[in-house]
Amino acid sequence: MGVAKYIKDERGAIKTVTYQSGINVKPVYGPEDLEKAGFKYEKDLGAPGEYPFTRSIHPQSYRSRAWTTRQYTGFGTPEETNERFKLMIANGQNGLNVAFDLPTQMGYDSDHPLAQGEVGRVGMAIDSLKDFETAFAGIPLDRIGSGLTINAVATIMMAMYQATAEKFGYSKDQISTTPQNDILKEMIGRGAWIFPVEHGVRLVGDSIEYAVKELPKSNPVSICGYHIRESGANPAQEIAYAFEIAKAYIDNVTQRGILPEEFVGRFSFNFNVYGNLWEQIAKFRAARKLWAKMLKNEYGVTDKKKLFLRGLFGGGGSGLTKEQPENNIMRGAYYALGAALSGAQTTALCSFDEAYTIPTPRSALLSLRTLEMLMDEVGLRDTVDPLAGSYFIETLTLEMEEKILEEMQEVQKMGGMTKCISEGVIQRKVSRQAYEYEKGLQSGEYRKVGLNPEASDQTAEKTEAGAVELHEYNEDWAKKSKANLKALRATRNDKDVSDSLKALEKAAKGSDNVMPHLVKCCHAYATVGEMAGVFRQAFGEWNEPEFY
Amino acid sequence: MIRLIEDNDPSAFELLKELYPHSGNGFTIGITGSPGVGKSTLIDALITEFRKLDLKVAVIAVDPSSPVSGGAILGDRLRMQRHAADAGVFIRSMASRGQKGGLSRATKDAAIVLDAMGYDIIIIETVGAGQAEFDIASIAHSTGIVSIPGTGDGIQAVKAGILEIGDIFIVNKCDKPDADAACHQLTMMLGMRNLSDTEWRPSVLKTIAQNGTGVDKLAQTFLSHFDFMKKNNLMDPKRKELEHIYFQSLLKDLTLEKILLFMEDSTDYRQALKKIESGSMDPITAAESMVNKILV
Amino acid sequence: METKNKIRVLIAKPGLDGHDKGAKIVALALRDAGMEVIYSGLHQTLDQIMQTATQEAVDVIGLSIMSGAHLPICEKLIAMMKAQEIDDIRLTVGGVIPYQDIPKLKEMGVAAVFPGGTSFEDITFGMNKLFE
Repeated sequence: MGVAKYIKDERGAIKTVTYQSGINVKPVYGPEDLEKAGFKYEKDLGAPGEYPFTRSIHPQSYRSRAWTTRQYTGFGTPEETNERFKLMIANGQNGLNVAFDLPTQMGYDSDHPLAQGEVGRVGMAIDSLKDFETAFAGIPLDRIGSGLTINAVATIMMAMYQATAEKFGYSKDQISTTPQNDILKEMIGRGAWIFPVEHGVRLVGDSIEYAVKELPKSNPVSICGYHIRESGANPAQEIAYAFEIAKAYIDNVTQRGILPEEFVGRFSFNFNVYGNLWEQIAKFRAARKLWAKMLKNEYGVTDKKKLFLRGLFGGGGSGLTKEQPENNIMRGAYYALGAALSGAQTTALCSFDEAYTIPTPRSALLSLRTLEMLMDEVGLRDTVDPLAGSYFIETLTLEMEEKILEEMQEVQKMGGMTKCISEGVIQRKVSRQAYEYEKGLQSGEYRKVGLNPEASDQTAEKTEAGAVELHEYNEDWAKKSKANLKALRATRNDKDVSDSLKALEKAAKGSDNVMPHLVKCCHAYATVGEMAGVFRQAFGEWNEPEFY
Repeated sequence: MIRLIEDNDPSAFELLKELYPHSGNGFTIGITGSPGVGKSTLIDALITEFRKLDLKVAVIAVDPSSPVSGGAILGDRLRMQRHAADAGVFIRSMASRGQKGGLSRATKDAAIVLDAMGYDIIIIETVGAGQAEFDIASIAHSTGIVSIPGTGDGIQAVKAGILEIGDIFIVNKCDKPDADAACHQLTMMLGMRNLSDTEWRPSVLKTIAQNGTGVDKLAQTFLSHFDFMKKNNLMDPKRKELEHIYFQSLLKDLTLEKILLFMEDSTDYRQALKKIESGSMDPITAAESMVNKILV
Repeated sequence: METKNKIRVLIAKPGLDGHDKGAKIVALALRDAGMEVIYSGLHQTLDQIMQTATQEAVDVIGLSIMSGAHLPICEKLIAMMKAQEIDDIRLTVGGVIPYQDIPKLKEMGVAAVFPGGTSFEDITFGMNKLFE
């Protein structure tokens, strides 16, 4: 859902431009457009770092600090991951970003039948506290924070991280963990869900409540518009659905008697950057403004710092093509430009070959250089929000704001995000849009350089791109994990395990916060499968609604 | 086998003839209701309840074919997929293939096959859109009509005369407001019917299919209906009634098929068409005289 | 009362991978091409896929595999079909499939491979071709 729809006349002149979000773009914008839209600097923009933060959440933005870039790690065994962690820290990285394998993400131990062929493939295989102890051995957890790409069992991983830190002598208020923990987006676009919707949201609520009280340096939720966009949402919907998801979580926590002020400042976001350049820029500026307004007006948040829309604007995978992959180098650069012009605080870029392979060191480096170049060479650090005041960009930002609000209202009318996802409303919408867009790409309605209409000489590139390099699968990982599990089961205290699991079951079936019980289970060396199994028993598994 | 029936393969009839004597032991339940009321989720929960009682369950889920492409996405199964590895459960999705109201004789044929295969309970799911409610009552022993609060479905039911053919009225999604009001409304309207002691008194039940609330009671109610029919000697008349309807529909279909075949080769037919086209005869007269010719 | 012969397809997502956008849009495309499509949903075991395919009497199983595990999965499924003596269901695979694996899959008995990026037209044509 990226490229705009262009209708041209017989001579190739563009007659109409319509963005995927539904906004029509005029040939020329002037001061009258701003007037017509009722644009006012104070109300619509504010100074950078001042409410409503449209221009930037920091007064100086890149002038004071260039953007941060993130690198993903974790594969195979905890031992290998530990080595990689140490290497990255030695190279100056001050935060870890951890990937888990699919069995772990889905709450299965490495010896579960469904885990076959998947142990350690797309990330680290974690079965128990022992594995975490291995993975984080020798890492100064009071100085290095860890992002955990985990959702359905985020509560378990957070508890395990705390237990690990405690085992190493740290206290829970010293450590910083950022689990992705956005189950609602999994249900729309990433598929790593387990429990039914309300229970998934309850677990997110438990983790936020716990973080407020016990893990002051941790950021319990990172809401991902990214994957929602990847599955077919347009840019306005990406923001709208992300915000409605945020509301579902906020509302769950406030029902426990906790004020939004106490935790919303720790929410972060993950947004996508591919597609039409101007649409992305307007989207991010409008998003900053709307988030601040929503928190202030609907949730009574007053502390300025807590109104920031913090997050990673990056990726862009959906915009890349398998055909003529070098084109993706330029695409990546343009997407990164959009992110920079939007004032992204943190960013990452998909590598040019990511459409068909795991990034090679060369392509990963190219992405890094792309990002460096923008900051250090061509001037994106020069001034804050350089496009402010542009007749086009300010009009577009206001229109984008309207579109986002429209989409949000639609969700609200249908009973809120939890309900919509439960009934499949959002999934149906994005599937259909994805289908229509794909048809448009295949028919040439949307131009994709190198893909259409140049279907001709694809054979050369196709063969090269066709030589896909996949994640190496090493049977030894599974063997090792299974052996470790066997050893673990033989040496741990069975009574401690069953007692802690029983207490967890009670909490899960009731309304007590599951987190402290999970920490105890982890300390007793209960496995991920056992803990998730308790949840499966208590909550059941989600029954997907229809998507068409 | 069901495939042969669906595709109207000539060998299908031979198979049906063979299987028919073995059918008649199963209990057929029809579940109908507007889209979005949660029929599939309800059936998924019902399967669980029936399986607890060690009953073998077959489900025929009917979905509309696209009038444009003729294709279909048969998605009811998705909500029941957790039973996909249970050997005691058989789920078969069928596209309406142009049949109005969703149900066709093929659905009934499929139900016979499954019955003969030994399934204790055969559930037929279809979207209720006017016609369908009547079709389903002519195939099933017991018909459940599903609605949700707040949509005025109760009143629609009265208007369409559906009240007469439903045996169990299910108000699903009872966690919504107005659930009690909807049940009350239905109960009142049903109460206005005059029923003798040997006639089944339709029940109104509340469910939340998503978490299984009320579904055990629903399963029991269907089984009670089955028992009631047996005790009050209603099974035989009902079976005869269904058989009669089936016989009629077979007659209609077979006759129509023969007629259509005849028409393709017949010069009379082409002549009649020419007359209609040229305006020398109206279609009504042409059809009348054609039929008389055929039946002579 | 003629009912034309329709091609019945089961679009299935085996294993734990949750990326279903491709599977869903192909399902929609096949429907628009006149086929009857059953979608299995996520996280399916091979047993579930087999039972679904046989009960639904499909003509084709279309596996959607984005995790790179296509070779072991297809191998297992083909073995299961042989063991159950099923010879009237064709197996096709789509998703993240390297070109170099296509001959290996065909050798195993996979009837057609549609790597990501194959147009809807080509997939429909390929599916129909299986029945000529």
